[in-house]
Amino acid sequence: MQDKIKLEICCGTTCYMLGAAELMTIEDTLPDAWKDRVDVFAIPCMDLCTREDIGRAPFVRIDGEVMGNATLETVHRALSKLLPIEPEEV
Amino acid sequence: MSNGAERLRRELMIRFVREFKNGTLEKNIDRIPFAIRPAQSASSRCCIYHDRAVLKYRLMTMLGFDCGDDGCEERPLSGYLEEAQSSDLRPSQPLTVSAAGCDGCPESRINVTTNCRGCFARPCVFSCPKQAISVEDHHAKVDYSKCIKCGKCLQVCPFNAIIKTKVPCEDACPVGAIRKDGTGHASIDFDKCIYCGKCFAKCPFGAVMERSELYRVMRHIRDGRKVVALVAPSAQFQFPGGIGKLFSAIAAVGFADVIEVALGAELTTENEAKEFVERLRKGEKLMTTSCCTAYVELVRKHAQELQSCVSSTPSPMRYAGMLARDKHPDALTVFIGPCIAKRFEAFQSENIDMAMSFEELGSLLAGWGVDIMSQPEWPMPRPAIATARNFAKSCGVTDAVLTELLGENSDLKLDSKFINGIDAKTALQLKLYAKGKLPGNFLEVMSCPGGCVGGPCSLVR
Repeated sequence: MQDKIKLEICCGTTCYMLGAAELMTIEDTLPDAWKDRVDVFAIPCMDLCTREDIGRAPFVRIDGEVMGNATLETVHRALSKLLPIEPEEV
Repeated sequence: MSNGAERLRRELMIRFVREFKNGTLEKNIDRIPFAIRPAQSASSRCCIYHDRAVLKYRLMTMLGFDCGDDGCEERPLSGYLEEAQSSDLRPSQPLTVSAAGCDGCPESRINVTTNCRGCFARPCVFSCPKQAISVEDHHAKVDYSKCIKCGKCLQVCPFNAIIKTKVPCEDACPVGAIRKDGTGHASIDFDKCIYCGKCFAKCPFGAVMERSELYRVMRHIRDGRKVVALVAPSAQFQFPGGIGKLFSAIAAVGFADVIEVALGAELTTENEAKEFVERLRKGEKLMTTSCCTAYVELVRKHAQELQSCVSSTPSPMRYAGMLARDKHPDALTVFIGPCIAKRFEAFQSENIDMAMSFEELGSLLAGWGVDIMSQPEWPMPRPAIATARNFAKSCGVTDAVLTELLGENSDLKLDSKFINGIDAKTALQLKLYAKGKLPGNFLEVMSCPGGCVGGPCSLVR
């Protein structure tokens, strides 16, 4: 069994208002082959929204790596680079 | 985030709150549109000047003003801010349309596109009930003096060559209250409007705006007034971390107390069940719910025949207002929910002083720098019962009343029906109910699909 990917979604109020609420539905959108390979966590404010150098809210962290301007689409793309299995039709 | 208009609206609201909190709103308000659309930045509309103008109107509505007012173009935002500060007036209506924001979309009509092959079968010509389609030069043509936009031709065209252009606000409005005025821009007829907020949710240009009381709420808190928040039951599905943390977050902004509107829903349930029993014992055939304000307005303005069947029991918001007044007679009360119609009901409720949406609450917390998830659990004196908290979902009201009825009145039979989402056909359907032509003795009507949780100002749909 390989290690699971840790997907942390910032649910600080600003991230939540600007898209994290929708990102929290990501588990329902993952292809079946990925479902037991990703652990999704809602986490409190990472205090990144006040910085201007790393993109804009909402933020996620994928195995420790921060990603700004996160959408379902961009998170899927980032996961696909880490997961060798081809997702079926999403 | 479902769309860009929504994102920009929330970003602006968060900024507005942050400037207020930092005490810099007076100094900076005129510059906000320029800060968001600086020189040489990309624009969402035709140019940054247009964007800035619409941002200005949106900020006016955040202060509670009507952005259709004469003279608003030359008057600086700081002037409006001063007026909001000194007058503390409630908005006269919950909604307004910004002519600068409105695209003046082309009239709704049937269009034949270049996909048309001028085919031999011509099902469009044959299916048209008004003989409005002819084929000239191998291309179908619509006679607009005859066309009734029924759309039959769309369905039968084998090439999908016929489309119907829509005006999204007009298309969304269930009562024909939003229409183009002489200039081609949308305008709301408040004699018809039921405040359902469907135009607000559907306009892709964000031109339909709420006249907010956010500024009133913040300034009363800043000025040291005691302000109590009344939070609608649907909040439990809207924010991260559950309502215990949410209530603590609300208190962290400076609200003196936070009360569940579900406690009001308990009283609505109890009294509505009693009223229903009384009505049935008197021989009445039908009673409808009254907690959805858009529905109550729909009956009042468009289906008067049903008026006598609408329950006279106060809504959960009104009961919660009474509870709050009893507990804190010296405080101002703020209803917080996913609804635009409740803003209108709040204008008329003596125990509700202001109303806010979930979107405004979220922006208030974000702009204030309050992280909901890291809050402690709020010490709730007594949590509302589950059926009352469930009012926010379609059929929740019926479930609650049914539960209340069970036991003592087993001889009465509850035959419940639902209208889950008001659309253009609902007024007609209600007239049929009034005539007794449809079955059921208890009718629950919710304007939003799925109930309040599907409200126009909800964060998660």
